[in-house]
Amino acid sequence: MSAHAVNQKKSNRVPPKTVEIHIRRRANPDSPQYWEVFELPYRPNLNIISCLMEIQKNPVTKEGNPTTPPVWQMNCLEQVCGICTMVINGRARQSCSALIDNLEQPIKLEPMSKFPNIRDLVVDRSQMFDHLKQVNAWVELDGTHDLGPGPRMDQEEVQERYSYSRCMTCGCCLEACPQYEGDNYIGPQAIAQVRLFNMHPSGKMTRDERLEGIMGEDGITNCGNAQNCVKACPMGIPLTRAIYEENRETVVHGLFGWLKS
Amino acid sequence: MAEGIKIAIVGGGLAGLAAAMRIAEAGHSVDLFSVVPVKRSHSVCAQGGINGAVNTKGEGDSTWEHFDDTVYGGDFLANQPPAKAMCEMAPSIIYLFDRMGVPFSRTPEGLLDFRRFGGTKHHRTAFAGASTGQQLLYALDEQVRRYEVNGKVRKFEHWEMLSLVLDEAQVCRGLIAMNLQTLELKAFPADAVIAATGGPGLIFGKSTNSMVCTGSAVAACYQQGAKYANGEFIQVHPTSIPGEDKLRLMSESARGEGGRVWVPRQAGDTRAPSSIPEKERWYFLEEKYPAYGNLVPRDIATREIFQVCIEGKGVARENQVYLDVTHIPAETLDRKLGAILEIYEMFVGDDPRHVPMRIFPGVHYSMGGLWVDYEQRTNILGLLAAGECDYSIHGANRLGANSLVSCVYGGFIAAPAAIQYATGVQRNGSNGSGVYDQELRKQQEINDALIKQRGKENQYVLHQEMGKWMTDNVTVVRYNDKLKETDNKLLELMDRYKRISINDSNLWATMALPHARHLDNMLELARVITLGALNRNESRGAHYKPDFPERDDENFLKTTIAEYSGEGPVLSYEAVDVSLIPPRKRDYSKAKQEKQPDPAAPRPSAPAEKSRVQ
Repeated sequence: MSAHAVNQKKSNRVPPKTVEIHIRRRANPDSPQYWEVFELPYRPNLNIISCLMEIQKNPVTKEGNPTTPPVWQMNCLEQVCGICTMVINGRARQSCSALIDNLEQPIKLEPMSKFPNIRDLVVDRSQMFDHLKQVNAWVELDGTHDLGPGPRMDQEEVQERYSYSRCMTCGCCLEACPQYEGDNYIGPQAIAQVRLFNMHPSGKMTRDERLEGIMGEDGITNCGNAQNCVKACPMGIPLTRAIYEENRETVVHGLFGWLKS
Repeated sequence: MAEGIKIAIVGGGLAGLAAAMRIAEAGHSVDLFSVVPVKRSHSVCAQGGINGAVNTKGEGDSTWEHFDDTVYGGDFLANQPPAKAMCEMAPSIIYLFDRMGVPFSRTPEGLLDFRRFGGTKHHRTAFAGASTGQQLLYALDEQVRRYEVNGKVRKFEHWEMLSLVLDEAQVCRGLIAMNLQTLELKAFPADAVIAATGGPGLIFGKSTNSMVCTGSAVAACYQQGAKYANGEFIQVHPTSIPGEDKLRLMSESARGEGGRVWVPRQAGDTRAPSSIPEKERWYFLEEKYPAYGNLVPRDIATREIFQVCIEGKGVARENQVYLDVTHIPAETLDRKLGAILEIYEMFVGDDPRHVPMRIFPGVHYSMGGLWVDYEQRTNILGLLAAGECDYSIHGANRLGANSLVSCVYGGFIAAPAAIQYATGVQRNGSNGSGVYDQELRKQQEINDALIKQRGKENQYVLHQEMGKWMTDNVTVVRYNDKLKETDNKLLELMDRYKRISINDSNLWATMALPHARHLDNMLELARVITLGALNRNESRGAHYKPDFPERDDENFLKTTIAEYSGEGPVLSYEAVDVSLIPPRKRDYSKAKQEKQPDPAAPRPSAPAEKSRVQ
């Protein structure tokens, strides 16, 4: 929906008096999940974070019972750091950019389900960073001393690389992917980073190591082509294109790679 | 040395990662501490770009010109040698990021493209779409991950530094950090510590800073004897998007690409902006500053916008003015400003390609920070600092797109300086490992007392009150009576802090205890900022007092130094090194004049001749 249409919808709607938020909570990794309901007065231009901040100040449930403050993660609040991702009304997204005016009430907040749940809305996404190690997601430099400018590139190529390079490791694509579960599949996030570096003129030189990182048992062939990832990505990264390109690269590498060794 | 050198770095933004990469590359070990995964550090928020005088546009730009703009923009409060060194290193820093694969925007020939930013007349700012900070941070994150795989870097993410470990000779021997899930405290011995912890925006409640930017770690260093310099110099960004949870930045690049700031000539005009004809719009920056127009430096733009609103001339008589890019072709906007315009659309709901944005100034950056010498060493032996948390480069005001370059520069200078120091240092003074146990116990006692404490005060309410007082009285316009009142308020808050209750009975992964520790530290730093401002009876850069409207070089061409004491900050002043460019009046209503050409530098110089990364 365009911003204009959203505004139309907003102005046509009578603003509610309150905001009701249901939070799926967990005290620690060993205890069960449970729901708690909170209610706060409505104001325009609220987002999920400002509601959580208000609940945190004086944590009392809708029924009037004092409780512990819900715990979540946040940092940039501009949808670039990726940390505040949670499942909002059934969809994984950043809570900083989830505006109350655009959400159906009661609003349901849950932690992402594909990662270990630490407490309340907090999950441990360190596996995503481990996957970046697995695919050598970097350019091998000769050193950081001055060797002048890098290779010339045309703007079109830069723009495609830029779109992959905006990945903030938030995990929305993995939450949406029906294949991603535990260690069985490395997932679109890391595959797109393979694409990012394999496109770079210097990055290309160590392409094979990266391809091998996505050719193991948890590799790219586990993709079931559901195409949920590309729809879930808040940065609009062409994840299915990356999977397509890298699939092709791995097939070629699988067929002819042995000739190099 | 039998064992290799180990250096602890606190903070995984651009400065911390730059230092980590250099230290690991030199073959030494790094323990890297960060309250969030380093890839989520505040550096991601920098939108506009990174400055470096590569002069690829045939404009006769030079590193000397960049240096002159930096010093002039900073109203001559910066020590000049490090500012000069940074500008000389800048082109090679940009080229290094280019080699790391940062998708910088390109010219038709495939070269790096450069844009104009505030406070300069040259195209000097390299940019990657409109998320340059994110792209640069990721490039360093990738390189450091490489060293993590090699075992040279150990990351301690979700660990927060609480204090330094100092021996009886006040030498820094490592640090105490807290695991933010378990609240376990642990001592981490190190041969040297580099603080790269960013700015203290949260002292002002809402700011453009990320939520980790409390200044807490730096405030801990200050309370342990580190000097804090120029604390009163807080940059308020002219264009932020007001929000309930934070003030979101609208990058200066919106002005750099031709964005125009205006209000209706008729105060309180209720017409839609598009139906207000050109002649009924007041482009007040263009009118008052014909030479730089909308591209005046931040402090000036901020004050003008603030003033217009105070006089009731803001849009709808509220605290807002238009920042208008609707006259720029949509294709250009998408290509050059896409990401920042999306931010506006995402958080406000209007499309700035068609509707002028509404913006207001927001606290953005601290020019002040830990005092460091020209090699990023603080006054505590074994403690270095780099990035926004040090005071060294920007003087009284920072130019746009100079922060990213100063972070990397600081990291690149701190790394070899830390290695050099660590190579010569004798480990563990006379007390051996005792110093670690002692500091660990002290920090544990602070936590235990806070957890036990029961009182009626609410930690979040205290934070909000501090933020409001600081924002109202210690930002754009400062009056001595208000500053004095603010300091009294801070003392009151410090007293009430003793009666807070940690509002979370579940201590596993709690946000409450760390926040209480931050709050304590923020209050200390807030006093440094406020009293520094109170004592400086002049106007310079971001520090503006209507009662003292002129810069006073005779009395205040000096760095403010704050040192901690039980009774509050003790202020002293240190001369500024102005040996390279004599101070001149800062006047952006005219094009920069009387510039001092660098006698040694042949101009224009080719990019290949620029100084090397050290």
